[in-house]
Amino acid sequence: MNYYIGIDIGSTCAKTVVMDENKTILHRLLQPTGWSSVDTAQAIHEKLEALGVDFAQAKVVATGYGRISVPYADKCVTEITCHGRGTCFVYGSENLTVIDIGGQDTKLISVENGMVKDFIMNDKCSAGTGRFLEVMANTLGLRPEELCQLAASGGGISISSMCTVFAESEVISLIGRGEAKENIAYAVVDSIVKKVASQAGRLTLGKTVCLTGGLCEFDYLCESLSKKLGVSVNTNPDGRYAGAIGAALSAMNIRK
Amino acid sequence: MEYTLPEQFEEFADARKAGFLRVKGLKEQGHKVAGIFCTFTPTEILDAAGFVSVSLCGMSDETIPAAESHLPKNMCPLIKSSYGFALTDKCPYTYFSDLIVGETTCDGKKKMYEMLNDIKPTYILHLPQGYDSDPVTVWTAELRRFIQYLEEHFDVTITDDMLREAARKRNEQRRTHLKLMELQKQTPPPLGGMQMYATMEGVGFVFTHEERIAKLNALRESVEANADTSAFAGAKRIMVTGCPIGGVLGKTVKAIEQSGGVVVCFENCSGIKAAYQMVDTEAEDIVKAIAERYLQIGCSVMTPNKERMKMIPKFVEEFKVDGIVEVDLQACTPYCVETFKVKQLADQLNIPYLAVETDYSQSDSGQLATRMEAFLEML
Repeated sequence: MNYYIGIDIGSTCAKTVVMDENKTILHRLLQPTGWSSVDTAQAIHEKLEALGVDFAQAKVVATGYGRISVPYADKCVTEITCHGRGTCFVYGSENLTVIDIGGQDTKLISVENGMVKDFIMNDKCSAGTGRFLEVMANTLGLRPEELCQLAASGGGISISSMCTVFAESEVISLIGRGEAKENIAYAVVDSIVKKVASQAGRLTLGKTVCLTGGLCEFDYLCESLSKKLGVSVNTNPDGRYAGAIGAALSAMNIRK
Repeated sequence: MEYTLPEQFEEFADARKAGFLRVKGLKEQGHKVAGIFCTFTPTEILDAAGFVSVSLCGMSDETIPAAESHLPKNMCPLIKSSYGFALTDKCPYTYFSDLIVGETTCDGKKKMYEMLNDIKPTYILHLPQGYDSDPVTVWTAELRRFIQYLEEHFDVTITDDMLREAARKRNEQRRTHLKLMELQKQTPPPLGGMQMYATMEGVGFVFTHEERIAKLNALRESVEANADTSAFAGAKRIMVTGCPIGGVLGKTVKAIEQSGGVVVCFENCSGIKAAYQMVDTEAEDIVKAIAERYLQIGCSVMTPNKERMKMIPKFVEEFKVDGIVEVDLQACTPYCVETFKVKQLADQLNIPYLAVETDYSQSDSGQLATRMEAFLEML
């Protein structure tokens, strides 16, 4: 049996998917990237061997920001291409727009006939990324998912700073002012959604818009993103594995 | 005449020391040095006045912290770097300039020139920034004012014949340079963009007309004779457009060429953007002819910038471009705003387009590499 392994080492989480030649997903692994991508890659190798994956029969494609740190990868492909490919697989459509809110990057990818047609990525700044949500959640003493749940019942205020560092001091002053936690949580989610929507303005959105990355399980975020963009944003439990799935599919194209 | 070196000269690295000694030598031979920043500088006039013109555009982040003691942080790195070099006496050309010439181009530059005048005498030409209100008359008058200034302050006489001669020589330099750049129209192109850029930059530091022509011709002949065209066989052909990119080459052009692309055309200041417009040396009014030539440069300080919108499709076709990468410097309002229009233009041409904004630090090199790689995977 042949194994096709996709490893997506992001700035926060490392995602691994193993497929067989029929594109059936055999294994999914999820772990924090930690401070060393090389150690993470090694840990993934050991886990896969323990699951019985025979590396002699495997093709490995690495993607994500740590893609060059996977010494046993046969090839590196960027996360843009992998997310495009993986999302098409997850949603069974060849024409869609991917919104991936990652740890340090937010990317929008427009896919036509299964090929990446255009993409946009945030610059250096981490506004509108998973990291932004994480920092704000920490400041409020919440976990990111708790922040999103709480945001659903808040409203009325907004954060003006797009910069994570300045936004954090803005949140601290809101806490100092005695603003209700749910309202601050609302403002945090609202700020991410606005940032993503302004990026989306530079890309032609397709009829099908799909959210991938770690935040796609946060219902309220999807809901408010749908409202802001005026289209229904799709989510899927495999959304956070989209990059790894795309990488595994790319591994099938590697010649023996 | 005696020329003194900066106080900290002994601390400089060898290459910088050599630069200082070279310019000092030029001055000792009696040359006057004009520091310039822009393709709009009418070099014909400086040539006729007996000046050697050298670009002072800063390309490294070394002097940015010093510059930020006077300039805002959120500003174009090229402007900060250039100002920092002047402030710290680290650039031989700025240090030995008899005159700095600037134009009212972007806001950052024109305000920086005001401050630069406190360090070095800086002359500012007022460039018209559009085509609707008779720019030729305005710009011609500005050039005449500049001629008069040079005559009064540097004890020179600038005649029409001298300007015509200077224009003929500059045209010849432009044509020779263009011929070299046009080698990249071949499939596959004989040179990588990194190599081509190095030659373009190098020519700026060769100071006599004859030497410059000889060097450009020698380069072209050696490429024609020895080029290993297999190096870029099958590579995707990229046009780089936008801001001056000498300070960010590694993060952009090199990244493109490490990901299966090759830069065939630089639509930037030191590339083709200002190399293909010639002065009509037979015109009755030579000053006006020079003015007309410079107003054809498609820089985003022009509103609307119709020349750039004509130039991009022309060179996309001639150089058989597969994708356009726009590289803009942080906080460059004119170019960053114009990305939206260039993107619309690229969509009409059905050519994929990627725009990135960066500065002189290395902190975003990973992110930029990912974008370049993804863009090439997409082509």
